[in-house]
Amino acid sequence: MAATSFQRRLVGLWRRLGAVAGGVLATGSAGAVTLPEDQAEALIHVYSGGGVTASGPALLVRKSLMDKVSLTGSYYVDMVSNASIDVVTTASPYHEKRDEVDLGLDYVYRDAQVTVGLTNSSEPDYKASTASVDIAQEVFGGMTTVNLGFTRGSDKVGKHGEPTFSDYAKHWQYRVGVTQILTPRWLMSANVEAISDDGYLASPYRMAIVFGAAVHENVPRTRSSRALKLRAVGALGEGPTRSAVRGEYRYFWDNWAIKAHTLETGYSRYFGDQWQADAYGRFYTQSHALFYSDNAATETTYVSRNRQLSSFNSVTLGAKVTRNVAKLQGKYEVKANMGYERVHFKFRDFTDIRTRSLYTYDANVLQVYLSASF
Amino acid sequence: MNTRLSITHCVLACLGAALLAGCAAPQPWVKPYERERLADPIMKLTGDPLADKHREHVHVVREGARGATGVQGGGCGCN
Repeated sequence: MAATSFQRRLVGLWRRLGAVAGGVLATGSAGAVTLPEDQAEALIHVYSGGGVTASGPALLVRKSLMDKVSLTGSYYVDMVSNASIDVVTTASPYHEKRDEVDLGLDYVYRDAQVTVGLTNSSEPDYKASTASVDIAQEVFGGMTTVNLGFTRGSDKVGKHGEPTFSDYAKHWQYRVGVTQILTPRWLMSANVEAISDDGYLASPYRMAIVFGAAVHENVPRTRSSRALKLRAVGALGEGPTRSAVRGEYRYFWDNWAIKAHTLETGYSRYFGDQWQADAYGRFYTQSHALFYSDNAATETTYVSRNRQLSSFNSVTLGAKVTRNVAKLQGKYEVKANMGYERVHFKFRDFTDIRTRSLYTYDANVLQVYLSASF
Repeated sequence: MNTRLSITHCVLACLGAALLAGCAAPQPWVKPYERERLADPIMKLTGDPLADKHREHVHVVREGARGATGVQGGGCGCN
């Protein structure tokens, strides 16, 4: 008899939980998701710092078909001139070009959007391709959007001047996210991504230092990482000088013992109908990988002097200005954008072997582009 | 021990059921007509796709951290 009563209570509990979940899902069908608007973007990008200059053009076009499907194609070029501290102290400066082609397809059905994408990146000694699928589902009357995604990557690794060297790297990325409207002026999002790698994850050119002597680096052939990111954006003011403020935080950790924190905040404001300006700051800090060493004093299976795996922090200050250059209401809109950021890198356990002091450098990042919606 | 655990589970389930008995399904508290400011381009969580891709690339090839940025990027041997 007691068991029957307990079962009745359990059934009641399930019904109420079902009602709550059903209410959330049912209110999701109040409106339908619309396809991203047709757009085009033409960008010139430049990165210059630490002896490296990487620049190039990039082009993106998005066009919808029959209000159900949107196709995206983009082409991105990186022309790299590398005389970084690694290169000038252990090898010779070099130039190379990387081409990346992306194709995407978005499909909407009621409150869901499905996106599939393919990318292919090609440089003389490294070929990478990825395939991805993402699903975004609006629930709770459009107040909540749930995202799920998966990417599979496959790379072929080669080495200049050594045609017999050939290896692979495979990557798996799993992501989940929620975007939530909090008030008529505030929304926030939370994203989690897990990434696993298998294969050749080192550089065939990079040297490590053991007992003061240069040896080829050796890093584990597997890696697994997690990242959690929280974002919030809020609207301020009214009318032609309205603005927005945003804040982001990401915590990262992996099984190579790297832990990283990224904090970013920004402010955007309209200046009438024609102009918009953005200003932002970013702080990044990370601890070094377990097998990282500036100059190893013991012999270990794995050793690397890749400064990307060292302990360092960076501070970025950036700004962007946007101007409407052409607009025909309901037909098209073209904007000209220019963004610049200055980054300061400060390494805590990577020394410049030429001066024997801890390495620091500044980088400049420039973007000039036209963006159009039609 | 197992009996004590199942009694504890029963009590917790009943307490949960009693608490939820007064709950109604939550309703969206920001109506569609109140979302005009949220639809403003200045409120987007991500920026223009190519500009975001470039910025993401600058970070990924220089930092140990990766992922959860909402920006899709292809692989490269840029490190």
